[in-house]
Amino acid sequence: MAAIVLNKDNFEAEVLNSDVPVLVDFSASWCGPCQMIAPIIEEIADEAEGFKVGKVETSEEMDLALEYKVSSIPCLVVFKGGKEVKRSVGFIQKPEILELVK
Amino acid sequence: MFDVIIVGAGPAGLSAGIYTVRSGKSALILEGKSYGGQIINTPDIENYPGIKNISGFEFATGLYEQATSLGAEVKYEQAVSIEDKGDIKIVNTEQGSYECKAVILATGAKNRPLGIEKEKEFVGYGISYCATCDGAFYRNKDVAVVGGGNTAIEDALFLTNYCNKVYVIHRRDTFRADPKDVEKLKSKDNVEFVMNSTVEKILGESSVEGIEIKDKNTKETKNINVSGIFVAVGQEPDNQMFSDLVELDESGYIIAKEDCMTNVKGIYTAGDCRTKSVRQLTTAAADGAVAALAACAIID
Repeated sequence: MAAIVLNKDNFEAEVLNSDVPVLVDFSASWCGPCQMIAPIIEEIADEAEGFKVGKVETSEEMDLALEYKVSSIPCLVVFKGGKEVKRSVGFIQKPEILELVK
Repeated sequence: MFDVIIVGAGPAGLSAGIYTVRSGKSALILEGKSYGGQIINTPDIENYPGIKNISGFEFATGLYEQATSLGAEVKYEQAVSIEDKGDIKIVNTEQGSYECKAVILATGAKNRPLGIEKEKEFVGYGISYCATCDGAFYRNKDVAVVGGGNTAIEDALFLTNYCNKVYVIHRRDTFRADPKDVEKLKSKDNVEFVMNSTVEKILGESSVEGIEIKDKNTKETKNINVSGIFVAVGQEPDNQMFSDLVELDESGYIIAKEDCMTNVKGIYTAGDCRTKSVRQLTTAAADGAVAALAACAIID
């Protein structure tokens, strides 16, 4: 499954109320490292088992980014039971991303 | 066994890959992070001959696709040590070991940190090394840019478009940056220059709330409230793991001239990681070609 495009209208339903952990990629089109990580996030979304993957285009969803105190991107945040449990800032490779959601 | 192993998939390493495979030799490129190196943080490249304008991401991706489609292999493994067995070299990574006949070190350079407390901890919580990536999150806020080179001044200029106020903290009384950009920055009304000063402390509990700066001459300290600190104090090499293999200068750069040869036979170096006066995209690409052709020549 492709990564879910998240916005302020579906964030609660898709992320906060999700019964499985959610890996959220806060990114923006103007940011090079975000573009590097994007295909890896899609690959993980395709293969995800036991968790789901969403992405926030911060240029369109700045309120959402600020609400979750995102100030450097790419920023990967793992939500579990409606709460943030892990966060990683900057480009990382697939094994390290999978480690976050394990 | 590979003919040539290239450590680093930035512009120098990928260019070396292209020249190696086009010489009919096999190439393995090892990269610990992402391909492209520092250039992926650059939104607009406008000084690469033959290309009027391109983003760093597009440039890096084009270079990566060119190298891999020609037959260079890229593995995302961090090289940790190299054993010199004469005609054979062994490159050890965190995952495995690879043999080859020649090595090209193209490890690049990384952002130099301020090296003060809380800096690492607050990356993503107010500390940033990429103004173009993160500037938009500081709309209407007060921020500090630390540094006096081109990157610092370009970052400050960019941030004046978003931020309420931009403090430029520089340890000298003049800027190394392009005078035209400095003049442009001086004309902005939301910028304040804090010269002859260094950042001593990062203030804040869970994120950046301010900085303590010290005037070099008067030794006086004062606090400035900012919610973001953009660090642009230059680059530093990352060659310590090879310090027992090849000669480094006191800053950690691999010692080599324009021929890209190190003091060890069969080990070459290319790009920002070597001693050189001009570190640009074009010189990185040029080094890649020079190092690869030299390496291929000794294999024959």
